[in-house]
Amino acid sequence: MNIERHVIEAMLAAARKAAPLEACGLCGGRDGRVSRFYELANADASREHYRMLPAEQFAAVKDMRARGLGLLAIWHSHPETPARMSEEDLRLAYTTDTVYVITSLAAPDAPDVKGFRVLEGCVEVVPVEIVETEGTGES
Amino acid sequence: MKLTINGAVKEAPDALSVTGLLEHRQVKMPDMVTVELNGVILERGDFGTTVLQDGDRVEFLYFMGGGRE
Repeated sequence: MNIERHVIEAMLAAARKAAPLEACGLCGGRDGRVSRFYELANADASREHYRMLPAEQFAAVKDMRARGLGLLAIWHSHPETPARMSEEDLRLAYTTDTVYVITSLAAPDAPDVKGFRVLEGCVEVVPVEIVETEGTGES
Repeated sequence: MKLTINGAVKEAPDALSVTGLLEHRQVKMPDMVTVELNGVILERGDFGTTVLQDGDRVEFLYFMGGGRE
């Protein structure tokens, strides 16, 4: 999965802003390239959990559709643990046609970003490549 | 009848409830789906009694959340 640099930077900023709580959001794009980031509220406001608000989920997905984009990734941060799918992440990964992207702040000076796909309880690592932003980053 | 489901126009049987639509669309784990009908998020308890009308706009998304354990 290709993620434009401004999206990676927005994820990192959201993760750092929310820390020590988890942050979350959605990523829109097309053809496997993420070009737009939607920071959503973590309704759990927790260091260990995240939960998106349906109204914000719907608004983000509709905005993507209006821009000709699709939902490519579901993002959250791990403020203190590595960028891996936890058991709870796996158990709650109901949206199977997307990539789960995690930004870890476990090493604050070297944040890590990884992608995962979940199919029938099995996790597959999806390589994340940072690509330069096209245009204004407002596609 | 015609419904707009997640932005795409689809055919569906008449007099279908929201629960019926989720079954018709073969949505897996419907208990984890949130439904918006014509811009209003429905209470889960109303899925079975809310009957869809021709031209309705229906959005559904899965619960999105997780945790570190």
